[in-house]
Amino acid sequence: MNLTNLRKDFPILNEKVNNKPLVYLDNAATTQKPLCVIEAMSNYYLHLNSNVHRGVHTLSQQATTEFEHVRKSVQTFLNSKEQEEIIFTRGTTESINLVASSFSEAFIKEGDEIIVSELEHHSNIVPWQIIAQRKKAILRVIPFNDNGELDLNVYKTLLNEKTKIVSVAHVSNALGTVNPIKEIITLAHNKNIPVLIDGAQGVPHYKIDVQDLDCDFYCFSGHKLYAPMGVGIVYGKRKFLEAMPPYHGGGEMIKEVRFSGTTFNEIPYKFEAGTPSVADVLGLKAAIDYVNSIGFETIQKHEDELMQYTTKKLLEVGDITIYGNAKQKAGSLSFNLNGVHPFDVGTLLDQLGIAIRTGHHCAQPVMQHYDIVGTARVSFAIYTTKEEIDYFIESLKRVKQILL
Amino acid sequence: MTIKEIQDQIIEEFSSFEDWMDKYNYLIELGRDCPIIEEKDKKETNIIKGCQSRVWVSAELIDGKMDIKADSDAVITKGIVTLLLRVFNNQPPQEVYDSELYFIDEIGLSTHLSPTRSNGLVAMVKQIKLYALAFTLKNSAL
Repeated sequence: MNLTNLRKDFPILNEKVNNKPLVYLDNAATTQKPLCVIEAMSNYYLHLNSNVHRGVHTLSQQATTEFEHVRKSVQTFLNSKEQEEIIFTRGTTESINLVASSFSEAFIKEGDEIIVSELEHHSNIVPWQIIAQRKKAILRVIPFNDNGELDLNVYKTLLNEKTKIVSVAHVSNALGTVNPIKEIITLAHNKNIPVLIDGAQGVPHYKIDVQDLDCDFYCFSGHKLYAPMGVGIVYGKRKFLEAMPPYHGGGEMIKEVRFSGTTFNEIPYKFEAGTPSVADVLGLKAAIDYVNSIGFETIQKHEDELMQYTTKKLLEVGDITIYGNAKQKAGSLSFNLNGVHPFDVGTLLDQLGIAIRTGHHCAQPVMQHYDIVGTARVSFAIYTTKEEIDYFIESLKRVKQILL
Repeated sequence: MTIKEIQDQIIEEFSSFEDWMDKYNYLIELGRDCPIIEEKDKKETNIIKGCQSRVWVSAELIDGKMDIKADSDAVITKGIVTLLLRVFNNQPPQEVYDSELYFIDEIGLSTHLSPTRSNGLVAMVKQIKLYALAFTLKNSAL
């Protein structure tokens, strides 16, 4: 992979921040967009803009055809059995809320149990807490050890006849831990319990095969995969999607509306009320094509090298604590300069043109586990270079001098 | 000195700094040196929670003047807090309530006080103004 050429695909990487070349290491929050994605979106508004699924006129039909091509493209990307199992949302958060709400209407009653893990993003905790409250169900939590790995022995004891769904992250956004999701799914399936995988941090780094994983739901956001903000996906097995009631009511999701009663459309339309963000959806296809043209093997190899390199260099800086030392990590690396607030580290690095994330990363239970207020987090993408890491490390040494 | 005079003085001080490094070094020094709030006052009711850093603030009226104590767990935030206290402390509450803060902008730290920056500083200023309003009302009732 020629990184110099590849970086030319991302115009924003030439920006200057505080008079320094931008070093963007906040990719777990959102990735930058290649030109082909930006062009796919502007091309839609320049030549194709029209509402989908409604019109008899040519433009609307063309827009609809393009829109449905993306569904097909996502189906191939995730290797789902049917394209009807792909639902467009605004992002992972909406995806999980959709499943939590609709699944629980059909399958969760008082006294039932829902399992999440201690290392989840708030987006995979709060929707379930709301459901638990609404349905008088109970939320059970798989703990993790200090390395940031889930305790599967405890998990096994949590699975019982009252458990109605398990919902865990593929990859932790705060610690970078790659969870053994296949094992988690198999253990749940042995007791006929469906599993949702929060793939927000998984999709950018790994080739996903939902049939091979046999997960029942897989949710992700486009914008962490080089696609625009405003588009996300729920993959769900047909049998569940069909049994679940709609999430939002409105246009597109109905078959017939009478005041005496409304009949709902088939999947996936049943879950897609209202006008979707068509330009963003088309941008998602461009992003998927882009990522496929590079190939996940290349992406994974590059990012694994960056993870190892950065970890080693970071420890050499001294007075550094790395949070999460799981055997398998991807994307994100969390650390603190000992005795220093991560906000101070982030503020000074920003002055040097480096964008990192600081704080609790919307995973407060993870911070509570380590009894810290937050961490500084660097996260990688396909365009991240070793030179950028070197600059980050040199800058961190300067910051350390100022703050320690 | 009036609130305006103190702000102008701070702007003057900051104008001598050559680059961001000097500026932040100064803020960090301020944040380090200043003993601001006592541990016993760092209670839950005084805390302003930002996403990034936390700020504690409490205020009293002593001889008709504001006596504010504040603190933060991040040293840069604490440095800025120290500047804010220098502006507001020992001033009549009415003046504090009516004051317009312009020095933060002028010394190039406005990003720290923008509403999207969740470091607790915006909420802290709001809280100080609320204290000032309460003291003003109390004064006029006497």
